[in-house]
Amino acid sequence: MTKDTSGDVRLSGISKTYGSFTAVHPLDLTVPQGSFFALLGASGCGKTTTLRMIAGLEELSSGTVFLGDLEVTNLPPYKRPVNTVFQSYALFPHLDIFENVAFGLRRRGIKSVKKQVEDMLELVQLGEQARKKPHQLSGGQQQRVAVARALINSPKVLLLDEPLGALDLKLRRQMQLELKRIQTEVGITFVHVTHDQEEAMTMADTVAVMNAGRVEQLGSPADLYENPNTTFVANFLGTSNLIEAEVDTKSGDDIVLKAGGGKLVLPGARCSAPTTTGGKVLVGVRPEKISLAHADEAGEIPEGRNRITGKIADSSFIGVSTQYVIDSPVCPEFEVYAQNIDRDARLVPGAEVVLHWNPAHTFGLDAAQDIDAGVAEVEEEAA
Amino acid sequence: MPFVNWLKRHLVVIAGLVTLGYLLLPNVVVTVFSFNKPKGRFNYQWQQFSTDAWKDPCGVADMCGSLSISLQIALWATVGATLLGTMIAFALVRYRFRARGTVNSLIFLPMAMPEVVMAASLLTLFLNLGAQLGFWTILIAHIMFCLSFVVVAVKARVMSMDPRLEQAAQDLYAGPVQTFLRVTLPIAAPGIAAGALLSFALSFDDFIITNFNAGSTVTFPMFVWGSAQRGTPVQINVIGTAMFLVAVLLVLSSMLIGNRRNKQKA
Amino acid sequence: MAAVTEAPPLAPVPEKKPPRKRGRLVPYWLLLPGLLWLIIFFALPMIYQASTSVQTGSLEEGYKVTWHFITYWDALSEYWPQFLRSVLYAAAATILCLVLGYPLAYLIAFRAGRWRNLIMVLVIAPFFTSFLIRTLAWKTILADSGPVVSTLNTLHVLDVTNWLGWTSGDRVLATPLAVVCGLTYNFLPFMILPLYTSLERIDGRLHEAAGDLYAKPWTTFRKVTFPLSMPGVVSGTLLTFIPAAGDYVNAELLGSTDTRMIGNVIQTQFLRILDYPTAAALSFILMAAILLMVTIYIRRSGTEDLV
Repeated sequence: MTKDTSGDVRLSGISKTYGSFTAVHPLDLTVPQGSFFALLGASGCGKTTTLRMIAGLEELSSGTVFLGDLEVTNLPPYKRPVNTVFQSYALFPHLDIFENVAFGLRRRGIKSVKKQVEDMLELVQLGEQARKKPHQLSGGQQQRVAVARALINSPKVLLLDEPLGALDLKLRRQMQLELKRIQTEVGITFVHVTHDQEEAMTMADTVAVMNAGRVEQLGSPADLYENPNTTFVANFLGTSNLIEAEVDTKSGDDIVLKAGGGKLVLPGARCSAPTTTGGKVLVGVRPEKISLAHADEAGEIPEGRNRITGKIADSSFIGVSTQYVIDSPVCPEFEVYAQNIDRDARLVPGAEVVLHWNPAHTFGLDAAQDIDAGVAEVEEEAA
Repeated sequence: MPFVNWLKRHLVVIAGLVTLGYLLLPNVVVTVFSFNKPKGRFNYQWQQFSTDAWKDPCGVADMCGSLSISLQIALWATVGATLLGTMIAFALVRYRFRARGTVNSLIFLPMAMPEVVMAASLLTLFLNLGAQLGFWTILIAHIMFCLSFVVVAVKARVMSMDPRLEQAAQDLYAGPVQTFLRVTLPIAAPGIAAGALLSFALSFDDFIITNFNAGSTVTFPMFVWGSAQRGTPVQINVIGTAMFLVAVLLVLSSMLIGNRRNKQKA
Repeated sequence: MAAVTEAPPLAPVPEKKPPRKRGRLVPYWLLLPGLLWLIIFFALPMIYQASTSVQTGSLEEGYKVTWHFITYWDALSEYWPQFLRSVLYAAAATILCLVLGYPLAYLIAFRAGRWRNLIMVLVIAPFFTSFLIRTLAWKTILADSGPVVSTLNTLHVLDVTNWLGWTSGDRVLATPLAVVCGLTYNFLPFMILPLYTSLERIDGRLHEAAGDLYAKPWTTFRKVTFPLSMPGVVSGTLLTFIPAAGDYVNAELLGSTDTRMIGNVIQTQFLRILDYPTAAALSFILMAAILLMVTIYIRRSGTEDLV
């Protein structure tokens, strides 16, 4: 099958340094034609810098950028077949909406732009606003103008720099679906930069998680979520419980570890850490994968499941679920999300409980990493 | 008691208005005395109401000639200072370069230096070079001291401009020249206009530097200075009032335009 | 559609040199014409002035640099009263400008509401009209038989100011008071505008916060507003004191031979007596004093906020 690779973005060894500060360490990345690709990370991780290097708005300190077979490394932005949707929209205040959208076409020498502009405004549902000035539109409308202005030029790649950051929650959700729909319809490669992990997972086919100028892990949202390779990814995407454990033995494809007086089983394929006997490994499991049983029912737990004992320190009823924080000898603040099907009245702070889960849901990480990487950012966003 | 309380609360406002009065009093006097018909050579005492001066504004010998010279110099000085000053302002805001501190200081000094020092030193330059004092030396001097003010005005405007706009233009296939003409210039225009206006006013009204470097050329302020000894014709007040009205109109209109543009967050 | 992290090299990519820095020289080209103008017609003249000050000769014979530094000593010893007077008058005018200008700036920044634009126009517009004409108007306002002077006489204010040495007789014109009045009037806008800019930047909610924390209005001003407006105060003081110290128009039009400032002397020396070396020396001394003040200011506040 001959794939049209003209919309591929290939970054080879690109990096960006400002004096002694490295914003982006040399990295290689390929974004396949027609995919919706997200660069996810906290502020300052280098994701916007990477995007701007693709756009030509930042000069590379090293490396090359290819769009399909066309090398654009040394081309200025106005010679690259890419367009950007800016974070603050950057609509030209002195031009009306029509002229804003027509800007790129006019600069390329296209004389009759009327039909194209009107069609594009219809696509983003702003046909009525053509003659208004940007300051007369709402945030959501301005955002759609920014998208229209970029898309109308049929770029090989559309770059989006946190375009939904300034919108309120409901509008943001709407626009996420809108953008996804447009991308599917138009078929152009989208590269979307965001710090919102839910946004990335909702919209993108592939997500690259960036931290301190490097790509921590790259894969589909499900892949990243269920099989994190680093503590940063485990903590940044959703929440993870990480248990410090020691390798005991191997049993078939599984690894048996010792933690806090008990044993935990981890499928070998889901461990991205070296597994020499006696070596340290961080055993991870997501809160929603865990079942909570009162200590009196410990006997009813089926065989083969990983189990941990502890005492409930805190419980919060969210509505759709109850979030528990468990104090356990194995791990200080163990989080469990229990779906709200039947509420057990005995599960209150102070109660003795047993936590159990399917070993297949366990993942293993290199214990040499910072166990709290990616956590602080999440807390800041929650605030 | 209530009056004292009212006074205390509004003390600032009253004080401010007193100052405003102090600022405007001479203008009022100038306007009133443009309708005077003085007895002697000087127009310092009220005699009687008359519109003679208004009907014959150029009736005084050499005055309108000096006015014309002032206007010409102001026009060309504005062109020169605005051009040079705008370029400097853009360099300061949009680019990084070495010796910023020195450049900033060099631009600041003409604004802070007493005019008599700049006037005197320029004169020594011209004298030592054997230059002919007159229209051109005045023009050169005016461009020199107006430059800095243009830089301040334009810089203020360009700094408040979102740099992403120029990047967006480049992203949309506008080369450097196109970006400047179609995006940067239109948005910076109010600042440039303000700088030009300021430059025109400073040049037109300048006396000290002009006086030192004019040779035998007479500008309007020099004419007024001379008349303080020779005799002050009423027409001077007419011109003064007219200038005030024009200035008020210009400032008001530029503020209105500025307010309208402020709503478009540049 | 799995994305590959490691890009397999397709064809050997030739070793590229790092991307050229685009347009690195542009700022220098932009700066060149203007800076050149300033260097030739502002900085260079300063050097010529220094050179002229150590020349000797006359108009007939021509002037030559003879390193005649005595000129400085002579100039200073003869004209130090005028220097002193200039500093005093300028200082008085600056203080008056601060006292008068601050309430107006405060008024425009915080209390004006709808009238803000109008008041700003009224502050700026006179600045655009011929200052000589306006200064001459003071001769009318302070005329001996005019209402102002008569009132001051009746209220015996003039007796007080006579005793202080600010006026003499029952006149205001041709006295130091008139000169200072004129100086204050001319330079008020130079004080008001920086003050206003500084005050306008203060968040009004800081006043509310202070009030919430038990501060009375005057205390709020003392502890919050005034400290925050210091950049404007310093900048306004500089932009008022320095030009005022060098002014001679007010002294000439509104003063007498007893109120001559150093500007008057320099002007007379240059344009009437034609004693260029002395004039240049005096001007140089004045300039050096100013440069000293500006340097101290720059050391404290840096150069970024200058222009």
